[in-house]
Amino acid sequence: MTVIEKAEQQVGTSTTRIEAVDKVTGAARYAGEYPLDELAHGVVVTSTIGRGRVASVGADEILAMPGVIAVLHHGNAPRLHDPGDATLLLLQADTVPHQGAVVALVVASSLEQARAAAEALVVTYDEEPHDVGFTADHPKMYVPDHVNPAFDTETVIGDVDAATQAAEVVVDATYTTPTQQNNAMEPHATTATWHGDHLTVFDSNQGAASVKQSIVKLFGLDQDQVRVLSEHVGGGFGSKGTARAPVVLASMAARTTERPVRVALSRQQMFSLVGYRTPTIQQMRLAAGRDGTITAIDHLAYSQTSTVLEFAEQTAVISRMMYATETLRSRHRLVALDVPTPRWMRAPGEAPGSFALESAIDELAEACGVDPIELRIRNEPTTEPESGLAFSSRSLVACLREGAQRFGWHDRDPRPGIRQDGRWLLGTGVAAATYPARTAPSTAAATAEPDGRFTVRVTASDIGTGARTALTLVAADALGVAPGQVTVLIGDSEFGQAMIAGGSMGMSSWTWAVTDACHELLVERAQREIPADGITVTADTAAKVKAMSRLSRHSFGAQFAEVAVDVRTGEVRVRRMLGIFAAGRIVNPLTARSQLIGGMTMGLSAALLEEAIMDSASGDYVNHDLAGYHVAAHADVPSIEVGWVDEVDHEVNPAGVKGIGELGIVGAPAAIANAVWHATGVRQRDLPIRPDRVIDTHPRPNTA
Amino acid sequence: MADHAQRSTVELKVNGDDQVLYLDHRTTLLDALREHLDLTGSKKGCDHGQCGACTVLVDGRRANACLLLAVAQQGREITTIEGLSTGGELHPVQQAFIDHDGFQCGYCTPGQICSAVAVLDEAERGWPSAVTADVAAADVRLDAAEIRERMSGNLCRCGAYVNIVTAVSAAAKGGA
Ligand code: FES
Ligand code: FES
Repeated sequence: MTVIEKAEQQVGTSTTRIEAVDKVTGAARYAGEYPLDELAHGVVVTSTIGRGRVASVGADEILAMPGVIAVLHHGNAPRLHDPGDATLLLLQADTVPHQGAVVALVVASSLEQARAAAEALVVTYDEEPHDVGFTADHPKMYVPDHVNPAFDTETVIGDVDAATQAAEVVVDATYTTPTQQNNAMEPHATTATWHGDHLTVFDSNQGAASVKQSIVKLFGLDQDQVRVLSEHVGGGFGSKGTARAPVVLASMAARTTERPVRVALSRQQMFSLVGYRTPTIQQMRLAAGRDGTITAIDHLAYSQTSTVLEFAEQTAVISRMMYATETLRSRHRLVALDVPTPRWMRAPGEAPGSFALESAIDELAEACGVDPIELRIRNEPTTEPESGLAFSSRSLVACLREGAQRFGWHDRDPRPGIRQDGRWLLGTGVAAATYPARTAPSTAAATAEPDGRFTVRVTASDIGTGARTALTLVAADALGVAPGQVTVLIGDSEFGQAMIAGGSMGMSSWTWAVTDACHELLVERAQREIPADGITVTADTAAKVKAMSRLSRHSFGAQFAEVAVDVRTGEVRVRRMLGIFAAGRIVNPLTARSQLIGGMTMGLSAALLEEAIMDSASGDYVNHDLAGYHVAAHADVPSIEVGWVDEVDHEVNPAGVKGIGELGIVGAPAAIANAVWHATGVRQRDLPIRPDRVIDTHPRPNTA
Repeated sequence: MADHAQRSTVELKVNGDDQVLYLDHRTTLLDALREHLDLTGSKKGCDHGQCGACTVLVDGRRANACLLLAVAQQGREITTIEGLSTGGELHPVQQAFIDHDGFQCGYCTPGQICSAVAVLDEAERGWPSAVTADVAAADVRLDAAEIRERMSGNLCRCGAYVNIVTAVSAAAKGGA
């Protein structure tokens, strides 16, 4: 670990990653890379129909193939108990809820044998008609009881219809976002091994403690019978937030075959087995006075779920807290289709919701003839519009002002379609970003070792966030020692309950528990000699988190983009982006900057490239690999700059830390779409902003 | 079927060491490295040549190890991420990735680094790319546009591209 900049305390000092050398030399092992003796390989077989039942599984022929050890299917798999997540009840019934559902697991001595056998396995089906057609007027659209994780489905303040009728300016538009796939770089994988009645799994996840609880329930085990390890995780973005198919199947197969078993999904299987971001259709109505003062916000969001598990994206929730308004209505509708189950993907709710809201705000600014930054500032609320709660801190205006300054916004001519650079039309756009800054109960343990060093244990997960390094800085400060004196151990369910690396709640939650444990350890250590096994103190923040006051807690940001649009090909290129954020105390500036840039990069990718295309005839995605589902590559990503404004907020947690995992993606697609309008004069209300969409909507230039 | 109809012996030089492997004909170079030599630094992101996570150097040139059958590599010299650092010294590209935080989860990183090492070599040899203005010029200057173009076969879902380009630029300037 190299300290790049010196600071008084460690928190706030740019510090390279503790596991950096392991990651750049290939020494860091991920879940599917533990070479256990007698390891067998499980290959998942998935359904090839859109809905129906498995009629037969030709296991006998397959068992005769070289190296094949077992074929697990609904007829012979061990019985599981519902852990509260029906997507994990694998191989328990003959029902096929969608394309790409798990119908068998073939286990063989080598990967090649398992793969060949899985491909040779004949599964026959009784097919039933499937319905994958997501439309706003679907007859089965319904009102879910709540939306993820526990928000009200509908909220109403005042009479939006009356306010809209009385308004001088109204924006009424429909925005759509497509199915987006998390596509973490490391495919979900598990290596499972039983020693007697004790199960150890090396698993790729965002929270070993949470995965352990699912396994305990599924297999009816005691707490001390399961250990989940996840030292290095190759990205997740929500798709590894809770247990997924590999950990269930590998644990099952390892028990059945009495051998260690590894199950790694293929890239293609990730499209149907690990969750994705639901497509959305959003009807957005804004009403305002001529000066841009908003009088009504009306946000109606449609999304899909599967027939297996209800997941209701909280798409319209962002409209409840973003801008001051006299009247407000936010509503969600859901339809259960014969599709894979959507789950969390980076900034669930806010990512798609902000595309509609922040695009509509730009349209309102245009309609009122007010600068879009000025319009946002005019509608800055003093308390949270829906709840009336005070904000613990809200630095949106500071972000917008700082960003405008750095981006060079003040010279901007608001007129669209007038800047040209050769064959490119140029434009700039802005959007706001926000994400809830929540904290969840966690435990942590701190040990004073006899040699004077310290060890901290917390079931955190470093999925690329830099959590291991950041927690080391936090612990060092809490103990008043140099970071080199502290070893932080993470990714092991033995370390106790802790929040997952998700919902931008990891750092805020773990930091609190780690700080408490370290502080209590110092008290304890002052009272006695350190024995040979050290002094260990554990902390649990459950009571403190529960006692937190009711406040509106959010991070904020301002996103800026400059684009070039080729009106002959319809190609949109992002030339530069700038994000200015306010997220409380930044623990490690080096990795924070990377994480925010990463979010903005995924936002750029969502704006221009990403969409999983559902084929209604087969019920399957037609582009379920990285050749068909495009994510931004090096050449798509220009200069992206990130900065933050100082923000002190001790109401979010004692350390004043707000999570930054999601914030960077929120608003980025809207900033780009708004820039495309500024370049061309044509609104792009559907993501991604594909060349054909730009060409379709833009009048062709008549000169070459 | 006789075993030798499905398996063959192949000799590879991996990171300087001679290796004799008796492999299933279906085994890719990537799986040979990961499963048979326990060199798990080369990653499997797609197994279809679509992501670059498995990039290694084969006789000094970068290749997607998931697209090569191991038995077809008889006699080749393979360099993986594990072979780039010598005697505990990091390769300058590895060090630049650390200094400029050119990775997050680390899963694309070995492929990015192997690719970048090859990019520096290709530029040194004067090989042009699709964005090289003068393809006849003897010198290739690795500016950001050149690096982005040449590294585009290596996807990074964490979005570390900006820092990767900075790291590769720094390594290029350092004369790595
Ligand atoms: S694993 Fe070889 S290119 Fe993706
Ligand atoms: S660092 Fe995670 S995919 Fe590149």
